[in-house]
Amino acid sequence: MGRSNPVNPDELAAGLLKGDRRAVARMITLVEDQDERANEMMKLVFPHTGRSMIIGITGAGGSGKSTLIDHLIGRFRRMDKRVGVVAVDPSSPFSGGALLGDRVRFQSHSLDEGVYIRSMGARGYLGGLARATTDVVRIMEAMGNEVIIIETLGAGQDEIDIIHVAQTCLLVLTPGMGDDIQAMKAGIMEIADVIVLNKFDLDGAGQCLRSLETIIHTGMSEDKGWAPRVVPTIACAAKSSDVHGVDELVQSIMDHQAYLHRSKKIEEVRAERIEQELGLVFKDEVEKVVFAGLKGTGKKRKYIESIRAGKNDPYSVVEEVLSTFLKEEILE
Amino acid sequence: MAYQDKRDAKTSSDPFVGLTPLKNMSGFEIKPFYGPEDLAGLDLDRDIGLPGDFPFVRGVYPTMYRGRQWTIRQLGSLGPPDQANRRIRQLVDMGATGISVCLDMPTIMGRDSDDPLAEGEVGRCGGVAIDTVQDMRDLVAGIDLQKISINFVSNSQSAVILAMFYAVAEERGARRELLSGTLQNDILKEYQAQKSYYFPPGPSLRLTMDTISFSIKNLPRFNPISISGYQLASAGANPVQELAFTLANGFTYVEEGIKAGMDVDDFAPRLSFFFKAHNDFFENVAKFRAARRIWARTLKDKFGAKNPASWRLRVHTQTSGSSLTAQQMENNIIRATIQALSAVMAGTQSLHTNSFNEALSIPTPLSERLALRTQQIIAHESGAAWTADPLGGSYYVETLTHRMEEETQKYFRIIEKLGGVVAGIERGYFQKEIADSAFRYQQEVEKGERVIVGLNRYTEEGETEIELREIDSDFEPHKIAALKEFKARRDQDLLRSKGEELRAVCRTEENVMPTLVSAVQAGMTLGEAVDHMRAVFGAYREQAIF
Amino acid sequence: MAKKKIKVIISKVGLDGHDRGAKVVASLLKEAGMEVVYLGMYQTPQSIVKAALEEDADVIGVSYLSGEHLVFTPLIVEEMKKHGLEDVLLIAGGSFPPEDIPSMKALGINEVFRGGSLTGEIVKYIEENIGGQGA
Repeated sequence: MGRSNPVNPDELAAGLLKGDRRAVARMITLVEDQDERANEMMKLVFPHTGRSMIIGITGAGGSGKSTLIDHLIGRFRRMDKRVGVVAVDPSSPFSGGALLGDRVRFQSHSLDEGVYIRSMGARGYLGGLARATTDVVRIMEAMGNEVIIIETLGAGQDEIDIIHVAQTCLLVLTPGMGDDIQAMKAGIMEIADVIVLNKFDLDGAGQCLRSLETIIHTGMSEDKGWAPRVVPTIACAAKSSDVHGVDELVQSIMDHQAYLHRSKKIEEVRAERIEQELGLVFKDEVEKVVFAGLKGTGKKRKYIESIRAGKNDPYSVVEEVLSTFLKEEILE
Repeated sequence: MAYQDKRDAKTSSDPFVGLTPLKNMSGFEIKPFYGPEDLAGLDLDRDIGLPGDFPFVRGVYPTMYRGRQWTIRQLGSLGPPDQANRRIRQLVDMGATGISVCLDMPTIMGRDSDDPLAEGEVGRCGGVAIDTVQDMRDLVAGIDLQKISINFVSNSQSAVILAMFYAVAEERGARRELLSGTLQNDILKEYQAQKSYYFPPGPSLRLTMDTISFSIKNLPRFNPISISGYQLASAGANPVQELAFTLANGFTYVEEGIKAGMDVDDFAPRLSFFFKAHNDFFENVAKFRAARRIWARTLKDKFGAKNPASWRLRVHTQTSGSSLTAQQMENNIIRATIQALSAVMAGTQSLHTNSFNEALSIPTPLSERLALRTQQIIAHESGAAWTADPLGGSYYVETLTHRMEEETQKYFRIIEKLGGVVAGIERGYFQKEIADSAFRYQQEVEKGERVIVGLNRYTEEGETEIELREIDSDFEPHKIAALKEFKARRDQDLLRSKGEELRAVCRTEENVMPTLVSAVQAGMTLGEAVDHMRAVFGAYREQAIF
Repeated sequence: MAKKKIKVIISKVGLDGHDRGAKVVASLLKEAGMEVVYLGMYQTPQSIVKAALEEDADVIGVSYLSGEHLVFTPLIVEEMKKHGLEDVLLIAGGSFPPEDIPSMKALGINEVFRGGSLTGEIVKYIEENIGGQGA
């Protein structure tokens, strides 16, 4: 099944559902490339999704996210769960290339067939990184992974959108962030379900922990069912006996998941995810359809010319185009 | 016209003005010519002095090579210890006064020849497979260790290698106070560049200090450490980075030695250095001169060393392996010659010249001999060795020396701000600087801004026939069988108790060396020893830095 | 439709830890617009192929510097065949005697880039040979 070979969406989808890893890999590529067959395949795949635990992990470079994920994968594997990992790496806005170095941190699982890891560069997605990532997560679900972990830097709107796909969000911080924590106050409460204070052996860790707990405490309101937990960890250690906090972290994740299910909030979360995806797919497809339509007729060029000549403006153009399209495509 | 006016006139008609100025590898712009005006502010007595006098800019000894020629130290290793032994003796017969022995990849990574991960890599690339004390015996059989100094290119496994060396020396009844030799034993550069570390920095430094203190007590003529810039440069560090990072590492070892309770004047005299001689002739010379000055002043002023031997920075140099091309390999003879000459004019104490076919394989008898003869011709025919620091006083070289020291101090300030070398390593600082330099260098080569003859200019189609050394593929199974047999002959109970002793001593702050010596004497293999230590110290994993 | 990105796995295999070349090539391929998954040191044929499979790589690039090229190449090729990756380009870089190159190619390496190769050559080769590659 070469990358250049003709691809049968049904075959690929069938392969994926049977657990054929090559089929999965090819599907993900088609989704990344915005191949026109991708939507057909996603339709076949979608019914088999929606039941996995989805964890999002975000945090600054160097915070130890990847090492933590390495440990988490191990724990979930011990629970006999299959794990899919999407590691999003920033890429060069200039060359469009990317250096994807996350998977190298998951060395303990480099041979485990129960773990599927895919690296994604943040650029080069016409439809946006978020759209591609949400599709990839669905694919990983359909393939049979009970747990999906999404890793991002959390920088930029795209990546924040991705986090909204996750059910349990982890934010990884390290001591010494000082003022950054103050600045992140609002952000923390919005995004994070569990805050991991990694590198807890560094100076200032205790104080950082206290600051975080204060922020959370003051931000808590009566109707919020889940107070973000702060878990101190030491993820990177020469001996496994010196690694700390991973058990507590796993427990916090499971507790949050239990809370979601118990309180039925999981349905809300699932609905939010669908809303998010719907919006992304919509935006994407509409853009595609509209611009594709305009391009073919030469209208796009004409519009741009008329704006440049001062005879029109972008807002009027869009208004005109949409009213025409919608009337023709939907209202008729 | 007075000199001043003439000079101003000349510089204003500089043909390079307006074009891309020429920069050396350290990034300095090189002027069309240098004159006394560039040396304003230099104090002859304070900054330059005399050869053999503080701050040793002009050389560590008063008479330099007139008193004693540099050691011609060539690589004498091959996979099988007995073959390496024969090669060592051949080299000595040909005139080598020192030998370097490299280890094979499994030994470098702390594994025995029968380790599954060692498959396909035993005894390759001119590295000796050292599993047991028997291998060490075979390696040095019939060699007078008082006359011939062996430099073990050994790092993370140094404690075990030293233990084996010491055990064999004891067996032979050698006079310990006369035994010479060197251990590379520089773990900091492993984290920064060569990546063959086992344990985290803390335990690694502890082991380094153990080997140093054991050595100064028991082997007074032995050099227990060769603080290396060569591998940093090979990984991409430019000459000023090589200088700065190596010295920073050196100072860290001094700090650790003091922390370990040793008196600086007891161990500092036995610290030695290992630099690269790259293509830029004058930059090399300046690098060494700056290194000597910075080291001398720092040891005296910052660390309070009183013994002049502590202030002297002694260097082994190797010509640049990374400058060799596989294209038109005979060009490498010229490269090695220029680099070797520059090392001599820089005042090195010991020198290795690369063989011209090392871009593709380990040396052949012909290329090996040529490399050796290169040094002998320089020594006897070129006149470069007849006076100390022949380039001293050159406007260019003195300016470059000064610049390199300035830039080095800038790096020192950054490292200090980071919290020191170990903190810098953990934050990936050195790795990133080195990777950036490597990347920039490659870009310059690809754009043709940096010319490499035969590679991006003056290229030729086709290749000249050059003999390369065959790799003996029979050795691996043979070695594994021999190891199996050796293991079967051991006293298993004794071995077990030595293993427990080793782990126990690792957990304390005592010196591991005596225990290691008795362990290898009982037949513990290198891989077993490393495994025991790793069980206590843990394993180190780095974050990949670009 | 988004432009198809070329995905490359860059790895070292076995015990050798000299990674300057692998890292520089990885960075330069990224500058050329490719997506490079850098696996680093101490990989096995199995871990390299697993990554190539999951990442749907177009190219696997291995860096050989310590004489291990004839030992590991057949193991990697075998592993690739086992997982149906025959159409993935396998290229090698580093240091090996020229007379070993025909053997390496016979074993399954598509192209060899010895030390001193310029990235332009590597990029051109990759762009001209991916897709429709294979036995």
